[in-house]
Amino acid sequence: MKNNLIEVRDLEKYFEVSGGLFSRNKSVVKAVDGISFDIPFGSSLGLVGQSGCGKTTTARVLSLLDPKTNGNVYFYNEESSSMQSIDELEGEELKKFRRNIQMIFQDPYESLNPRWNIKDIILEPLNIHNIGDLKDREEAVYEILKTVGLTPPENYMPRYPHELSGGQRQRVSIARTLIMKPKFVVCDEPTSMLDVSIRISIMDLMLNLAKDLEVSYLYITHDLAVARYMCDRIAVMFNGKIVEIAETEELLSNPIHPYTKRLISSIPIPDPSYKRERYELDFTELDSIIKSNSNNEPMVEVKDNHFVATHDIKGIL
Amino acid sequence: MNILEVKNLNMSYKTIDGEVEAVKDVSFTVKEGESFGIVGESGCGKTSVAMSLLQLQADNGKITNGEIIFDGTNIVGLSESELRKVRWSGISIVFQGAMNSWNPVVKIGEQIREAMREHYPDKTKEENTTKILELFGIVGLDSSVIDRFPHELSGGMKQRAVIALALSCDPKLIIADEPTTALDVVIQDQILNEIRKVQEVLGLSLIYISHDIAVIAEMTDNMAVMYAGRIVERGPTKEIFANPRHSYTKSLLESTPSVVGDKVKLKSLEGEPPSLINKESGCSFAPRCPYREDSCNPSLDMELVEIGTDHYVDICSAGKS
Repeated sequence: MKNNLIEVRDLEKYFEVSGGLFSRNKSVVKAVDGISFDIPFGSSLGLVGQSGCGKTTTARVLSLLDPKTNGNVYFYNEESSSMQSIDELEGEELKKFRRNIQMIFQDPYESLNPRWNIKDIILEPLNIHNIGDLKDREEAVYEILKTVGLTPPENYMPRYPHELSGGQRQRVSIARTLIMKPKFVVCDEPTSMLDVSIRISIMDLMLNLAKDLEVSYLYITHDLAVARYMCDRIAVMFNGKIVEIAETEELLSNPIHPYTKRLISSIPIPDPSYKRERYELDFTELDSIIKSNSNNEPMVEVKDNHFVATHDIKGIL
Repeated sequence: MNILEVKNLNMSYKTIDGEVEAVKDVSFTVKEGESFGIVGESGCGKTSVAMSLLQLQADNGKITNGEIIFDGTNIVGLSESELRKVRWSGISIVFQGAMNSWNPVVKIGEQIREAMREHYPDKTKEENTTKILELFGIVGLDSSVIDRFPHELSGGMKQRAVIALALSCDPKLIIADEPTTALDVVIQDQILNEIRKVQEVLGLSLIYISHDIAVIAEMTDNMAVMYAGRIVERGPTKEIFANPRHSYTKSLLESTPSVVGDKVKLKSLEGEPPSLINKESGCSFAPRCPYREDSCNPSLDMELVEIGTDHYVDICSAGKS
């Protein structure tokens, strides 16, 4: 068993929302409500769920873009060869640490600065972190463009994002992410805006890079078919909580939580003779069952490495 | 009986860089009660076909050739006022991202009534309201939605309301252009189910446009695969999935992941679709084709050939298995 790169324990992220412009009543939205999982070195965890379930909030907290409310996140520290809480990181140490964590966003049209050429876009992280001299940096850009398949690099370096197709732009995003040699990359639906044929080449690229560079991914998507292709394990999220987590093939062939079943049964199958059966589920009812059982008990291991939320064992099943 | 016959439709856009041939020699028919799918990558001309059917293409777009016979009448070249009668009460459309096209300051019910007033000036407000509530029932919306503003509804609810709006003037044919693209899988599943139900209950014909071949597999009886403005393969959906003949169709199927069956290695399709400006003749897929053979003749003009019952494929792939 590989070491864990990341351990997340009872992570919570709450947002305060006011009732209105003049209202004093404030309520709390529990976007992420006590989730725990591990990501081993070089492996990828898929985080699936509907819009608004807290996937992106989790991603932002793990990439240290937003502070957490409660709970803890531990990263493997190479210097001390032990797990270190992100709370212990400050100043220079934190900045150095951030290099290890990078993010790829959904929309390659909006996540690249339209006024910068490709070389400058990819150079930026190196400049910020002050890595090497200009010559080293330019060489690094050249190499990384080759790695992500934008060859010959000298043709792409002076170009601007609008001159590239969606797939090429997403390759630039990946290049910009990988130039920092991160250990952990958070991917927020990186292929959902791309055409099917291009999507596979981006997914293959990411899989190959994971193997070659030992990068771990947290891969966020609402499409289980994509998650199946990309991820070793899948965590299913519903209203801020993880309801089931297992190895990918185990989860798909043996789903236990009703929400997982609903999610799997809603994926269209590219085979006209396949009769997909919908698994009916009342989300409001499920939500109230989860809320009334919110004692934050740990999940139950029903099979090797297959965990299901306990509220469900007591509730619907 | 055929509700729609499209014959050799050509449509092009005039741009500064030259003429963009967005739809080239497209022919297909839709029978009454049938659902017909059009699948292809972005920019392949799917939406341009939909827009030509209603003649709602942008100002620089023009149908240069071909006929669109809807319910026995060729609607190409009809005047604006004649077209207005066909639109919505003959053919209606659910646009891509249509849920974001609601007027934010007018209640949903009033916006649907507005369309109905245009086509049924004699009906009373009460009659229209009854009709709307009936449609809401079919698409799975609560009756209270009629008095709600768009911002009070979720994406899925807004999209259902769009479908109700599209049904409000009793069309015979509905065009659904990527109606679920911006929605997540569960909501997509619900919307697909509503569309299927609507089609069954009201006996409508449907043209379903999508880039997702899995959705086309589930939603349609017959389908067409489009590439660079042309139909490269057309036929019964089951037949095309069981026996795909065009290299592009094969590539699409090989690049689509699934949650059932064995996990297979997916194949990507390298390269990009060709520019549609001043297109050269011959096979437009040749530069990307993973199944090129020595016997290929990429300069051969593209043309559909019948290779089985109602199964048509481009001449370039017709000779291959």
